[in-house]
Amino acid sequence: MGLFILRRVGVMILTGLCLTFLVFTLTNLYPNLEKLAKTQGNFRMSDAEVTSYLERNGYLQPMIVKYGEWLGVVPSYRHENSDGTIQGRCIQPGQSPEEAPQFCGVLQGYWGFSTVFKDEVGSIIATRLSLTGKLMLWVMLLMVPSALILGVLSGMREGSKMDRTLSTISITTTATPEYVSGVILIAVFASSTVGLKWFKGTATSAMESANFENFFLPVLTISLYGMGYIARMTRASMAEVMTAQYIRTARLKGVSFGNIVVKHALRNALIAPFTVIMLQFPWLLNGVVIVETLFNYKGFGWTLVQAASNNDIELLLGVSVVSVFVVLVTQLISDIGYVYLNPRISVS
Amino acid sequence: MEPLSWFEIITRVLLQFMPVWISLIALFTLSIVYKRRLGLYGKLFDSTIGMIGFALVMFWVFTGIFGALDMIITHDPLSQVSGMKNKLPGTPLTRPDEGQYPYYLFGGDNLARDVFSRMVKGAWIVVQIAPLATLFAFMVGITLGLPAGYYGGRLDTLLSFLANLILAFPVILLFYLLVTPEIVETGIPSYMATVLFVFPLVFVGVLLNSRYKTQPKVRTPLLIAVLGILGWLYLSLISEAGSKVSVLPGFLDLFDIPAGILVVFVSVVFVNSPTVFRIVRGLAMDIKTRDYVAAAQTRGEGPWYIMLWEILPNARGPLIVDFCLRIGYTTILLGTLGFFGLGLSPESPDWGTTINDGRRLLQIYLHPAIVPAVALLSMVLGLNLLADGLREESLRD
Repeated sequence: MGLFILRRVGVMILTGLCLTFLVFTLTNLYPNLEKLAKTQGNFRMSDAEVTSYLERNGYLQPMIVKYGEWLGVVPSYRHENSDGTIQGRCIQPGQSPEEAPQFCGVLQGYWGFSTVFKDEVGSIIATRLSLTGKLMLWVMLLMVPSALILGVLSGMREGSKMDRTLSTISITTTATPEYVSGVILIAVFASSTVGLKWFKGTATSAMESANFENFFLPVLTISLYGMGYIARMTRASMAEVMTAQYIRTARLKGVSFGNIVVKHALRNALIAPFTVIMLQFPWLLNGVVIVETLFNYKGFGWTLVQAASNNDIELLLGVSVVSVFVVLVTQLISDIGYVYLNPRISVS
Repeated sequence: MEPLSWFEIITRVLLQFMPVWISLIALFTLSIVYKRRLGLYGKLFDSTIGMIGFALVMFWVFTGIFGALDMIITHDPLSQVSGMKNKLPGTPLTRPDEGQYPYYLFGGDNLARDVFSRMVKGAWIVVQIAPLATLFAFMVGITLGLPAGYYGGRLDTLLSFLANLILAFPVILLFYLLVTPEIVETGIPSYMATVLFVFPLVFVGVLLNSRYKTQPKVRTPLLIAVLGILGWLYLSLISEAGSKVSVLPGFLDLFDIPAGILVVFVSVVFVNSPTVFRIVRGLAMDIKTRDYVAAAQTRGEGPWYIMLWEILPNARGPLIVDFCLRIGYTTILLGTLGFFGLGLSPESPDWGTTINDGRRLLQIYLHPAIVPAVALLSMVLGLNLLADGLREESLRD
């Protein structure tokens, strides 16, 4: 087991390095840098001025060197200006070049500086991530139990009327992406002209104080899309367990139906949905981006959109690293959890 | 003129869809009459769910096709009519010209364009791109997944690692990285198109070669003809004057795909193919242990023949089901791209872009966003129901 986890972690780190290098390359392509130079300097910069700006800031080094610097394993680039001062990525304003550290990268905890928010990337990501964490917590609390109940109820008597109804519901929710369900939910529950006016159509106020009125719609919108999928997986797994021999034995022994479902079937039926729930995280990340944009909730997904559409290279890199990290860790947990929950699988 | 009542709107919309109804009825009558001779497709008409799904899908397919022929639409989807900004469904035009349809059936959007016609035109964009992009993703996934599952070993490890690499990427991030104008300027999407679109050629080439290898008289002309035509199509598809990849001179270039559409197409194929790869790989690993594969091996068949003519046909059930689901997913992805304003032009009538336009005023005017939202929902729902019906019927054998 220990070796298995170790190998998985190794593959995970390798994947993480490959992915961050890929993102780094894509965000540091020359047209992006040129745009960055022009937004930082001015829009009428000539090509020579752009080149000298990029040269000064060390953007013209080979990609792999820049990546190493950003990661914090290669000494950071320093440029000697014509007046003898030295500038570099690691040298903060007011710091002399001698005091400044040689390495400053992600490994040292320095994530760079956001050009849009005029703030350290690390602190932006921390605040935004905590806001999204709040959203995700409620999504999980709503989505997982309701999906499991839906799946178990429809899977315990396969083919029954209840199964048909609940399955249709879960198919419908999987067919409704967040930008569709969000629009429909706002129209029904939050529109100021027609509709029920129960909830608010924006969640901006939920960032400080979340309550049922301003936070329920975004949470519901994200939950709905993932719910159907988990419910269908649970249903399939439940239906399979219910045909197993030991369930029939229990039935013949005279155990009541409720007891069979709760005590005998449930535990085995929940192995498959566990991995599915874990693998839903990348999708939830998608949903978060859409819902935060739709409801104007300024969390992690909203930051991603801002960073990407404003060519904020270092912020976008930070956001990518965090999201890739989340995805890889959940994959790891799902793999380990699957082995742990299912004694029939041996890793060696 | 008076605005139309809801009853009148519905009647007029139903009348407007008349060609679609006629085609649907014709298709269903023919299919039900001959359903015993039509294999899996015919069996679909035994399941209610499958029939409902198929009807929904075909409704949008016919709508897309007739819409492209300018049959269903009431107005030009891009033209603005003065005084119709954000008007409610059923509002009459203030000064209708001669021969112009006198109403905006589903109202006007914030640029005074007809919501109904835009919805119909949007169906054509989805019907054009989604199945084709899914097909390409399947070609890529099958061409790489079969050898990975069949041979296993190093090749499998490498390809699976690459597939997991793409899968670990949040889709939206990938879109933002690939579909921005700066990246398009560097030509990366065009190069990706060049690589990804080779796979159908390789697939068809290997497919035919492995089948007719023993009959060179049939094989050689067949391969030359098929690969020649496909190669020409391929070159016309990827090469575009003025972009990074322009290999064909203009007079040989059959058609030009607008750069935006090509980028969208490439990124959708790119996102979908790793999942298909994983499915095909799993199926191949399962099926290669069967007796008929062992029999083919003993017969001395080549590995590609076994993969493409023994394993692949026996994996068709799950693949067809996944194909339907994946078209739905691709539709959702296209909508996502439109929703974030990536790739397609801002005035394009596709559903994602229209929803994005409409959501800004959603609190006050519902119809510009709700109409495309419901359209997208019904299409994806139809595909999911169709997949469900197919799964049920294919399990019954």
